[in-house]
Amino acid sequence: MSGVDRDISQVLKDRAVTAVRGLLIAVLSLSANITLFALMVTATALIPVLGIGIVALPLVVVAVRWRAELERRLAGWSGVHIATPYHPIPQNAPLGSWRRFRAVVSDPATWRDFAWLLPGAIISGVLGILAFALPVYGLEGALFVPVLLYGVLDWYGYGATWPLDDLPTALSTVPQGLFLLLVGLVAGPFLLRAGFHFGRLLLAPTAASALRQRVATLTTSRADTVDAQAAELRRIERDLHDGAQARLVSLGMNIGLAEALLHRNPDAAEKLLAEAREASGQALGELRQVVRGILPPVLAERGLGGAVSALALTVAVPVEVDVDIPGRLPAPVESAAYFCVAEMLANIVKHSGARQARVGIRHHDGLLSIRVTDDGAGGADPEGGSGLRGVQRRLAAFDGTMTVTSPRGGPTVVTMELPCALSSPKISPSSATD
Amino acid sequence: MRVVIAEDLALLRDGLTRLLTAFDHEVVAAVDNGPALLPALLEHKPDIAIVDVRLPPTFTDEGLRAAVAARARIPGLPVLVLSQYVEQLYARELLSDRAGGVGYLLKDRVAHVEQFLDAVQRVADGGSVMDPDVVAQLLARRASDQPLKGLTPREHEVLGLMAEGRSNAAIAARIFITEKAVSKHINSILAKLGLPPSEDDNRRVMAVLAYLRI
Repeated sequence: MSGVDRDISQVLKDRAVTAVRGLLIAVLSLSANITLFALMVTATALIPVLGIGIVALPLVVVAVRWRAELERRLAGWSGVHIATPYHPIPQNAPLGSWRRFRAVVSDPATWRDFAWLLPGAIISGVLGILAFALPVYGLEGALFVPVLLYGVLDWYGYGATWPLDDLPTALSTVPQGLFLLLVGLVAGPFLLRAGFHFGRLLLAPTAASALRQRVATLTTSRADTVDAQAAELRRIERDLHDGAQARLVSLGMNIGLAEALLHRNPDAAEKLLAEAREASGQALGELRQVVRGILPPVLAERGLGGAVSALALTVAVPVEVDVDIPGRLPAPVESAAYFCVAEMLANIVKHSGARQARVGIRHHDGLLSIRVTDDGAGGADPEGGSGLRGVQRRLAAFDGTMTVTSPRGGPTVVTMELPCALSSPKISPSSATD
Repeated sequence: MRVVIAEDLALLRDGLTRLLTAFDHEVVAAVDNGPALLPALLEHKPDIAIVDVRLPPTFTDEGLRAAVAARARIPGLPVLVLSQYVEQLYARELLSDRAGGVGYLLKDRVAHVEQFLDAVQRVADGGSVMDPDVVAQLLARRASDQPLKGLTPREHEVLGLMAEGRSNAAIAARIFITEKAVSKHINSILAKLGLPPSEDDNRRVMAVLAYLRI
């Protein structure tokens, strides 16, 4: 029962916040938008006048964009997602430069923002005021205020009753008030959302600019991927050249020498052969490291779940692994995901001081989500460490994302998500002996 | 000793066969894929099977799974698993039935012929043989644990050799001390770790590996 009470009071509190928000949005839209509209018109008009507009317009656009971004954020709070449409402003185009002016003017989003200012102000203003005024006016009626005023004032009206002639009509304002209050509370969020939906028509990217942004993102992630791949190949080449290859050369020399000494000095030959065997072992050890760096064999054999379980066994911090993947992931996704988890676990061991870590991996609705948690010191910064940035780059190649929450004092939770399809369900009894 | 080999690379298969034959063992069958292994084992009932982890047709852990399956069909069948690399996960799966007669070694170890033949013998006799790399990983991961920190460096070394499944005599030969000194070290280690003393080699290896949470 008290739970229901709490739910109702929570809803009432939310709706009260919505009403106040409506008022604030109305005030903001009507004041800021109209001012900005006037500034835009002035700045545009001043373009031919000594080119003042060339300096002024980009300045005003900064303010307009700030306002539009605020609207997008407010819309997000109300559950209306509006993406940012602006083309990136070129480097070395400071405010006041011709370049900046050209970039701003040629971006259609500038003019779409401009087009939104006035109608947006009117629509958000009206809807916001409605969202605020309906419940407040309803509350007035519900609290018998018109009845009291009827007693004091000569002429007063409320709702559908103008003026209040006698006590029965005055009392009829109470149910009217209750009705309006109810309508206001129920409709509040819808009114605000309707305003934002209108805003989205002009503030969201057009199909063309959304496409353009997508191309820009893909170009960056492709360049990163290509760079990372080239760096990886260079690393592998160097590892092989300095490691296994060099050892095999010395191995060949030792064996050749042993062959030459076999009859003249059998003791020395035996020693050389023992050394050669030792060197072959070291060469193999180095090759194993290189292979592990390219693709851990256990990943090829057991898939992501098995490989992460195997990895967890070798980490100095106890790691609990929980895998729910009803099939086999595409090989490139599998290896990207594996290296990301490996990087996370390495970070945990190196930096967090955690006593316990957890890796949860599941695949659901075409989305692979990986959650790595630890009870360490927290304070991990995705922008700070090259490791986390590397993970982000690896994920970006697959349209994947990473979010990090790591307050000081912990715990740290890293969530990685990768869209991908599954191949046929697994039939290997790989976990039969676990 | 009668041996069945499962190894897909002809070079290694022939090398193993040559090596074992040179030391008076009989290779009764040498197969090159996973599915052929079980029938060969059932037909020849060898003293030991030497199996590569990765085999056709899947080129994944076919050999390992065939070995585990074979031990389910022929309880106590000694199996020595060879691989290009070692995983604790696989070691754990192989040891999970605690029956002994199991070995898990890197292929490189074959090059050390005497030690390799010794490992083959120990597995065939029902002992357990773990690759030094697996043991090193286990010890490294638990390096900061209290009871392990209480061991002297020499005891640490002996513990590692015990976990690899070596006998007292082999440990003594390896670190140049007498067998008596080895058993003194072992008693001290078992006491410090709170493990029961045991004359049975395999049971001792199992206790040590369990302690290291393989």
